[in-house]
Amino acid sequence: MAKTAKKKAAQPQRAAGRKASTPARAVVANGTYDAQREVEQFLYRQAELLDDKRWGDFIDLFAADGCYWMPASPDQTTADGTPAIFYEDRNLMNVRMKRIMHPHAWSQSPMWGTSHLVSNVTIEAVDPRTGGLAVRSRFHMMEFRRDVVRHFAGVYRHQLDKTSDGFRIKLQRVDVVNGEGPYDYVLLAWV
Amino acid sequence: MTREGFGDLARLVEFDRVHRSVYVDPAIFEREMETIFDHAWIYVGHESQVKRPGDYCTVLVARQPMIMVRHSDGRVHVLYNRCAHRGAMLCGNLRGNTGEAFSCSYHSWRYHTDGSLESIPLPKGYEGTRLSPKSPERNLKRAARVGSYRGFVFASLAADGPSLPEFLGEARIAFDDMCDRAPEGEVEVVPTCFRFVQHSNWKIFMENQLDALHPAVTHESSGRAAADVEHDIARRGGTAPLDYHYLSAFTTPLPKWDQVQTVNYPNGHSVLQGYMGLRPRDPDTLAYEAVLRKHYGAKRTEEILGVNIHHVLLYPGLSVQPALQQLRAVRPLAVDRTLTEIWHFRLKGAPEAIYRRALGYYNLINSPSTIVNADDLENFWRCHQGLASDGGAWVSFHRRAGQDDEQDGVVGSRWGTSEAPMRNQFRAWTQYMSGE
Repeated sequence: MAKTAKKKAAQPQRAAGRKASTPARAVVANGTYDAQREVEQFLYRQAELLDDKRWGDFIDLFAADGCYWMPASPDQTTADGTPAIFYEDRNLMNVRMKRIMHPHAWSQSPMWGTSHLVSNVTIEAVDPRTGGLAVRSRFHMMEFRRDVVRHFAGVYRHQLDKTSDGFRIKLQRVDVVNGEGPYDYVLLAWV
Repeated sequence: MTREGFGDLARLVEFDRVHRSVYVDPAIFEREMETIFDHAWIYVGHESQVKRPGDYCTVLVARQPMIMVRHSDGRVHVLYNRCAHRGAMLCGNLRGNTGEAFSCSYHSWRYHTDGSLESIPLPKGYEGTRLSPKSPERNLKRAARVGSYRGFVFASLAADGPSLPEFLGEARIAFDDMCDRAPEGEVEVVPTCFRFVQHSNWKIFMENQLDALHPAVTHESSGRAAADVEHDIARRGGTAPLDYHYLSAFTTPLPKWDQVQTVNYPNGHSVLQGYMGLRPRDPDTLAYEAVLRKHYGAKRTEEILGVNIHHVLLYPGLSVQPALQQLRAVRPLAVDRTLTEIWHFRLKGAPEAIYRRALGYYNLINSPSTIVNADDLENFWRCHQGLASDGGAWVSFHRRAGQDDEQDGVVGSRWGTSEAPMRNQFRAWTQYMSGE
């Protein structure tokens, strides 16, 4: 699956450009489908769900076989059989969510909050047949936990499926610029 | 705490309790660095981190920035990362290949990869000075002693002391158990290192490693969450990967942990028996066992797979999980800051599926997104905060004190939750600190 993402990213289907021919959900004044705007709204919503700690809704943004992947280093081309900071399917995401919400998750007791900003959203490829998108964006996450501020920033690459109910994430790859440095504490939730 | 003799320190460590100042007093920390870390054998890295001549990696040994490098003759050297000229650090990267020589970025003094000087620019400038071409001070300083056991490289910064085999003693099983599980008898490092800076004293980490009382408490949330999802997967007719079991094992009820024994050796080393049942009967494991039998024969294979160890602690700074092919190296930075480096290994000649098992543990338990160590790190921080306070003078290691089995300096716990490993570590601590 990660291999597919790489392949698609490497060979963007140029013909599609920013506008897709698939039926519109987001409609702008001139009546054409605006995939750019729809995907931006999707990414903003995902960021808000993390900051609001709506873990279940966050997980529901992923397709049934969707994965969240943060490679151990930016030069990795596949998650398969290589070390990863995160490599979680929906089952493992549920483990993480259930742990965070458990009353005895001791590390959750201090005040903890995050703020995500997502920007530089670029549609890199469109599948004209399915309406699926490959989207690249930049993020900056600031975390405040027990009086300590940390920053994580980098690139999101979303491989999105188009469904009758909006986008679902097939693969979200997260490359954190400072991901290979020493960690003062763990990453409690998805970045 | 001043630095005159050991007299004052002796009063801080009793058989079954330890004064809080050994965790929080910066002067005691300095003394630990000088008497323990500057003398003991410290883990540097694995030989496979520097496969080809010129390959190097940089590492803290005790608190010294050092370089492990492969020389042209194949030997591995451990050198101080400091130019002999004006003291600049030679290698600023974590790893790389330096070719035939290290070249200083400041004035281009160059060194062979065994540390000897190769050249100085405009060498006439030294004619008639006290720095003669034969001065050893023109070379890079080497670690006083370097040793390797089954590919795991250690250095001691002290010229005298026990040899590496003497230092390791029975705890060498950490490396024997890991390497023997490889059909080719060797392991190879995976070149990813996860690093954490714990905001707590190094001993708090060491005391946690074989603490069989803590998993059911500290990791209850992780255990329950994984067991829930494991159950969900089964209900849907699937089988959860072995990874889930690493986590759901934490739901083992508290009394059962008393059955997981520890064995405590001289020099502060200890072994914790296995409890995760890492010999499942799935097709991957069976295929692996067939490969092992081909290499070792049936009898030896059973001996190898019969070794049941969860953790080996090598005091003062290494924690090894042989059957899971992982290790954590401890590098104290300050009295309240400790760097840990986490590595994992491939068993040479074993099927890929066996590596995947180790990788699952590495990703899930030892990566920066760990849902297990999250609560350990929280507790280490809390311990250090509590010990820095005047809320109490002593740390209690009374559990089963005086009830362990001791024979020829080896202490068996009899109860898994006995605080024998912690008492054993302080026995070694006292020996190092008093210079015995």
